[in-house]
Amino acid sequence: MAAEHSPLEQFAIKRIVELDVGGVDISFTNSSAMMVIAVASITLFLMLGTRRHALIPGRWQSVVELAYELVARTVRDNIGIEGRPYFAFIFSLFMFLLFCNVLGLIPYSFTVTSHIIVTFVFAGAIFVGVTVLGFVRHGLKFFSLFFPPGVPIYLAPLLVPIEFISYLSRPISLSVRLAANMMAGHTMLKVFAGFVVALGLMGVAPLIFIVLLYALETLIAFLQAYVFAVLTCLYINDAIHLHH
Amino acid sequence: MDRDDLPPATEELDARIKRARDARRGAKSKGPPPAGLAWAMRLTTEMFAALVVGGGLGWLLDRWLGTRPWLMLVFLLIGCAAGMLNAYRVARRFESDVDNRGT
Repeated sequence: MAAEHSPLEQFAIKRIVELDVGGVDISFTNSSAMMVIAVASITLFLMLGTRRHALIPGRWQSVVELAYELVARTVRDNIGIEGRPYFAFIFSLFMFLLFCNVLGLIPYSFTVTSHIIVTFVFAGAIFVGVTVLGFVRHGLKFFSLFFPPGVPIYLAPLLVPIEFISYLSRPISLSVRLAANMMAGHTMLKVFAGFVVALGLMGVAPLIFIVLLYALETLIAFLQAYVFAVLTCLYINDAIHLHH
Repeated sequence: MDRDDLPPATEELDARIKRARDARRGAKSKGPPPAGLAWAMRLTTEMFAALVVGGGLGWLLDRWLGTRPWLMLVFLLIGCAAGMLNAYRVARRFESDVDNRGT
């Protein structure tokens, strides 16, 4: 009884279709289902929005154009003209995280991005990709990221480890930020929802609070997807231009 | 159909495209709104992540070299410094964003 109403119950992974290949559990879970729904919604959203190609956009097309322009501007501002090849990647990343975050706000759905393993795989892939990009672009000169030119050489033993740890901390902070934000917000919503039931008539107060909190969570769902995309841009920028 | 006026028109178009391209290359637009809340939350996670990485790296090295707990302490300190550096960079970036908008 108590376990069923735990505020953390919403994060439980449930297997929908059990699959086991060679001892590896690859079951289709509620998490996978939400990812499929997110991708399907994005496809639908973009297809419907660009169906008519009107010069004066309708409602759907305006929203699609808004999304496109937001990402295009982010890429241009943070990477510059060389950033254009990475636009498709950043756009897909941003849309997927945004839809996962926002779809997770629908009651009884599941928030994929509240699991740190999901966000960490994203952040880790970006980290490895950016490092490879840096080496491909600059070869061994990429190491100057850890020791900027013009710094006295006797500071190297201190500065290199600091810069190295700072670099390694990127995927951690990137993934922890998104997952922690999602998880904290959803837990808080559930806790206050419990208060509404427990307080009976007085539950109106937490109910009002939940409405306000929901607005904040919607904002955070958007912001965190955006911050993730911006930071990815900044990391790509560092790899291309080699300075902070 | 009279096509005599085509070359000048395409030339003009060329010039216009060139102008637009140059403007795009040089200019940085005003940029997206600096969402204060998001940047504020960045500060804490940046510090936290660097500490965790520092501590974790030290712990692993300790286990490998059998020097527990000294390397972990050293790397925690370095992680702390890296966290400060990260936070400082975020703050500096945020400030320059605000400055760009103001002027």
